[in-house]
Amino acid sequence: MSAAGTPTATLALGSLRVSFERGGASVEAVREVSLAIRAGEVLGVVGESGAGKTQAFMATMGLLPPNARASGSVRFEGEEILGSAPRSLNRVRGSKLTMVFQDPLTSLTPHLKIGVQLAEVLVHHRGSTWASAERAALSALERVRVPQAQRRLEQYPHELSGGMRQRVMIGMSLLCEPSLLIADEPTSALDVTVQAQIIDLLRSLRLDSGLSIALVSHDLGVVAGLADRVAVMYAGRIVESAGTAQLLRGPRHPYTALLLQCVPNLRAPRRARMPSLPGSASSAAPLGPGCAFAPRCPRASDRCRAERPELRAIEHAAELACHHPI
Amino acid sequence: MSSAPWREAARALFANPGALVALIVLALLIAAALFGPALNPNDLETLDWRHVAANPGLAHAHWFGTDRLGRDLFVRTLAGARVSMAVGLVAGAVSLGLGLAFGAVAGYVGGRTDDLMMRFIEIMSGLPLIFFVIFMTVIFGRNQLALFLVIGAVGWLTTARIVRGQTLSIRRQEFIEAAVASGAGTPRIILRHVVPNVIGPVIVYATLTVPQIILFESFLSFLGLGVQEPSASLGTLIAEGAGEMEAAPWMLLAPGLFLVALLVALNVFGDGLRDALDSRERR
Amino acid sequence: MPSSDLSPVLLRVEALGVDFGDHRALDAVSFEVGRAETVGLVGESGSGKSTLARALLRLVPAARGAVRWLGEDLLRLDSRALRRHRHELQIVFQDPLASLDPRMSVGAALAEPLRIFEPAIGARERRARIAAMLERVGLSESLHRRYPHELSGGQCQRVGIARAMMPGPRLLICDEPVSSLDVSVQGQIVNLLADLQRDLGTAILFISHNLAVVRHLSHRVMVIYCGRIVEVAPCDALFAAPLHPYTRALLAAVPDPTRAFEPPDPDAVDAQITPAAAASAARSVRGATGEAPRGGQVPSGCAFRDRCPYAEAACAASVPVLEPVGDAHAVACHRRRELVYS
Repeated sequence: MSAAGTPTATLALGSLRVSFERGGASVEAVREVSLAIRAGEVLGVVGESGAGKTQAFMATMGLLPPNARASGSVRFEGEEILGSAPRSLNRVRGSKLTMVFQDPLTSLTPHLKIGVQLAEVLVHHRGSTWASAERAALSALERVRVPQAQRRLEQYPHELSGGMRQRVMIGMSLLCEPSLLIADEPTSALDVTVQAQIIDLLRSLRLDSGLSIALVSHDLGVVAGLADRVAVMYAGRIVESAGTAQLLRGPRHPYTALLLQCVPNLRAPRRARMPSLPGSASSAAPLGPGCAFAPRCPRASDRCRAERPELRAIEHAAELACHHPI
Repeated sequence: MSSAPWREAARALFANPGALVALIVLALLIAAALFGPALNPNDLETLDWRHVAANPGLAHAHWFGTDRLGRDLFVRTLAGARVSMAVGLVAGAVSLGLGLAFGAVAGYVGGRTDDLMMRFIEIMSGLPLIFFVIFMTVIFGRNQLALFLVIGAVGWLTTARIVRGQTLSIRRQEFIEAAVASGAGTPRIILRHVVPNVIGPVIVYATLTVPQIILFESFLSFLGLGVQEPSASLGTLIAEGAGEMEAAPWMLLAPGLFLVALLVALNVFGDGLRDALDSRERR
Repeated sequence: MPSSDLSPVLLRVEALGVDFGDHRALDAVSFEVGRAETVGLVGESGSGKSTLARALLRLVPAARGAVRWLGEDLLRLDSRALRRHRHELQIVFQDPLASLDPRMSVGAALAEPLRIFEPAIGARERRARIAAMLERVGLSESLHRRYPHELSGGQCQRVGIARAMMPGPRLLICDEPVSSLDVSVQGQIVNLLADLQRDLGTAILFISHNLAVVRHLSHRVMVIYCGRIVEVAPCDALFAAPLHPYTRALLAAVPDPTRAFEPPDPDAVDAQITPAAAASAARSVRGATGEAPRGGQVPSGCAFRDRCPYAEAACAASVPVLEPVGDAHAVACHRRRELVYS
């Protein structure tokens, strides 16, 4: 999807750039990202740590630290929100536009009971009374399949397990019927069986309510089970995006192909060497003129090192930024 | 270029204008205390009967004036400053060293040892400082070095508590476990792993207690328990000056201003040091 | 009774138990690790796998059992004797950054084991050994001047491995060594461990919740749940035909990267597809419900019975014991003879 999202796009990022002032130097986290999420759609954003995926969505939510500089456009339901004052952001943040983070322990206030934290959202955003907010909190917990929901309302975050806390966070983010839920590595801190449950939960929730989800993860396997489309990020830019099935069947960008190889497939026969990418992605250092992936790319040529490929639309509503696609 | 943690902290410190100014002021004060008297023809004890309680002036080379006995105040103030700084340094170092050793061992070893050591500290904390100083003075007499040690020996209690707290917070961290798994014995772990990692906040605390130590010494001297004639510390000079406040205000102003400058500079520097160490930790 | 240095078994753990207050974090754990062998230990959070790693090295105290290194019980040694053995068993931790002293340079961190175990060697030889080890783990020699916060996660972990290998251990215990790293970097570390084993003959106890990684590296695999081993088998056998319901649930929970999510077509004739049906259609094996019990709330009898799709009344009566069921394959399940999986 191109930068100028259609009027029905729930979220449209246009040429978003995010950089940080650190010790006098400017470090670029997001170099240029343009994407759009339609209503009811799940977009998976995949990349290694440092690719800028989290920062792009922190910019969307207005949660960047004071030493960050963001430019470009972030349109939520048609309205520009990048750079808005906290007061106007707070009208949509937490109600229509919500975010769930990787570590639910630090996202929940440790000294408040779960029920209080949930009810507070409704009291604040909808002006509900505490009584009706608490009833709504109970049904929210039931909706996210928290067992013994009534008892959980009276407990504190540290009394719950990681998976349970993540369910609470998801429940909290759904209280005001949001249009978009941003899930930033929601399962990375969880056991694999719990991870499967959370993915199931998100799947059924979106089928129920037509919610849009932005699912950020470094694990392509997690994203594959939930997303309609996937955008692959590297060094602060999108390098490929396509429908999930199409991307998994035939990745065009060498980075996507390598990432896919790294996703464990227990059904396939055991291999002698575990696939990996050489070196590591480091977006902190200033990039040369060419493609950021060239140093690690098996298909890199001189042209790749000299000239950075632009993100272009290709067939089947996909995008690709590569001189030598597969 | 490697960026050792202390080098980064130093960089952050020098980037802080307040701390930098404080550091320069401190350097100037120390330089003055050490080399100032060389610039002035008078010495510490000579009684100049021609200029008793004289105003400051250039003609008679008594730049800060003289006291009731005709002694030059410029030289005496700077000598007093030397004594006060020495107290701060020695007592501060004693307090730091004792507190570090005690707190690190108590915090790392834990268990019964920790309990015993903490009970000891609590009992010591309960003793009134003054009685302790008087007691020590009776035993060691009016020995200046003993005085410094005593003051330091009293100040180590809080340092020990701080070190112990810091040690407790890093004791369970993985790199300590890794050191144990590597076969390191307790002394090596405390010296090579615990101390370097707790010393940051401790040094900051130490720089902020040096002013307190100097004040305490001044207070003791004011009471007559500290430095004795003919030596002087800023405290004794202030004590004398306080008595002459109406007649010869410069007797109070010279040492008083010097003390204030010293204490403020130390405090500002300590704050800057804490900020520098903090900002490095906040990654 | 010390066994000869030539015996194939390096480590024999016998009925090891660790208690945290009332809660049995580990119970009746028994296994062996042989020379140049990689044994994988798979379990989720709260299973006790990290406790096991620490108990083997006496970083946490054990309440019961024995840990025999070449016949000698490490749990009964005094601290001085224990330290003499430490160079034989080393550990690599999960969080590469946290396991390195932030105030020590890489060179200093690698020098420390040498100073402890070989204090006689001089500075020049020490430097040479450090340079050789850095090269062996795939790091540039110039990194010895750097500090942990300047390195990437993968580089830090390589340093951690280098530090553990410095004393020349015969067994390397790896506690979730790649879990903090990106999927794309995990392979580098796993391949490095495989190379070290091939070149130096080091045995490895590889602890992880990540089945795919364990599968790559292990000759044999053990599955641990709530402090007890529930299944042991050669690697291929475990993944091809797991016999414990928990093992089966673990395998079923790993996302299949070849199957993308296909939303049900709203215009389809059978528009009654419920979300639950769509979800369960994605996985044909019955998975585990709920979550692992947290410390102190372990159910009586078989710890897994609350979540097991095959549990019966008998499962609450007694704790199942690890019993052999075939070629080097053992499972702790009351219903092992009855259950036949597709």
